[in-house]
Amino acid sequence: MADFLLYALLAGLSLAVVAGPLGSFVVWRRMAYFGDTLSHAALLGVALGFALDVSPALAVTVGCLLLAILLVTLQQRQPLASDTLLGILAPSTLSLGLVALSFMHDVRIDLMAYLFGDLLAISPGDLAWILGGSAVVLLLVVALWRPLLAVTVHEELARVEGLPVAGLRLALMLLIAVVIAVAMKIVGVLLITSLLIIPAAAAQRHARSPEQMALGASLIGVVAVCSGLALSWFKDTPAGPSIVVCAAVLFLVSLALPRR
Amino acid sequence: MNNPLIRLERVGVAFAGQAILDSIDLSVEPGQIVTLIGPNGAGKTTLVRAVLGLLKPDSGSVWRKPKLRIGYMPQKLQVDPTLPLSVLRFLRLVPGVDRAMALSALNEVGAEQVIDSPIQNISGGEMQRVLLARALLREPELLVLDEPVQGVDVAGQAELYSLITRLRDRHGCGVLMVSHDLHLVMSTTDQVVCLNRHVCCSGHPEQVSGDPAFVELFGNHAPSLAIYHHHHDHAHDLHGSVVTPAQDGHVHGDHCKHG
Repeated sequence: MADFLLYALLAGLSLAVVAGPLGSFVVWRRMAYFGDTLSHAALLGVALGFALDVSPALAVTVGCLLLAILLVTLQQRQPLASDTLLGILAPSTLSLGLVALSFMHDVRIDLMAYLFGDLLAISPGDLAWILGGSAVVLLLVVALWRPLLAVTVHEELARVEGLPVAGLRLALMLLIAVVIAVAMKIVGVLLITSLLIIPAAAAQRHARSPEQMALGASLIGVVAVCSGLALSWFKDTPAGPSIVVCAAVLFLVSLALPRR
Repeated sequence: MNNPLIRLERVGVAFAGQAILDSIDLSVEPGQIVTLIGPNGAGKTTLVRAVLGLLKPDSGSVWRKPKLRIGYMPQKLQVDPTLPLSVLRFLRLVPGVDRAMALSALNEVGAEQVIDSPIQNISGGEMQRVLLARALLREPELLVLDEPVQGVDVAGQAELYSLITRLRDRHGCGVLMVSHDLHLVMSTTDQVVCLNRHVCCSGHPEQVSGDPAFVELFGNHAPSLAIYHHHHDHAHDLHGSVVTPAQDGHVHGDHCKHG
């Protein structure tokens, strides 16, 4: 197997595994649009990373976090609904990122790679960051599983029972931000949420417990990554979109299968 | 009886400049059932949130016994339909709970048959019992119940109230609950606090239900609804504000904080 294909496969699989449980939370907590907004802001993070000469992955994570904090602040300060705010923030941050990048004349970047991913161009350095980031996020999700679930079921009940609800919500946002930074190289900022949501949505109909849904989502993600890469390899299609198409097909299959 | 679980002193809460609660004094002792009654918008849920520490009052103080274990039963619980959660798994969100413990808690509240059902599929009455079971699994010193019989038919309501009394007797915990159901509450409670932004009246049920304040708040049907007697000394308008009382012999009660 060619090295670049092996790197692509490892990167895609590690993202699929971690996206399962995290994507389940995104579905349960109705954060799909929130994830979408964060990923749009990721491009602004890339621009900041170039401007400040820091690693794009770090800049994207920090940028996503700042956006999350901005969003929470705006929600508390004024009466516009959350989806309106997200509808303002997502295209604004994406556009700001594009405009900022156009000012940096000495920076030549492949914009399409950031928007739709460039899985087959992953370097060993990228792979190390993706594997490391995924592992850390997965460990944290497993460690925080029960409290995160309790907060998802009923925030006030969780708070009365002594859980640090605000901290857990922030932790979940942080984890999503890290996954977006990890996934950007793989499927690009415009397709990241699909990898979080589609496998979880496909697993939902057939799961009987939260854990089954999370594991099922990881499994469906793994199948989507493998089949998407195969499609890309044999038919010379773009890798990121191929993975998303395969995930969407699996979702349709899950709808067609009878519920257990 | 001088070891309260919680003690509120002159607690006031305002939202957007409008007073929701004004100078509330309240305490709950171990083994005591305290019921908050009052019309819609009286601030009952706000007061409960202040007791639970979910809301910081703008004035006054909320004291809780150090390390007080509270079992809280929220008004309702809406679990997202995409979350596959059985009743057992819901109860096991309390740390350290296994199937046997969950089953015995469900037994205690009479809902053991739903243990493996998806929580979205159980009825309103079953949900109230499951929420009560979850509160009990915390081995609470204080049970806080926000409208525990919401969405339950009348027979079920009486049963739930007597269940709450039995649980109090067995666990020796204090109980603070919010209710609309005057007639059912009266027979099962030690102390009634009649709330309408301020404490209109409070006391034993027999003392309070004949109180003019009580009659004023709940209308002329109150005597047939309740056996709670107390002395009300002021009137309310439709917004719940205190209005200048009639000229004929107005007497202020102990809890009156207004002219």
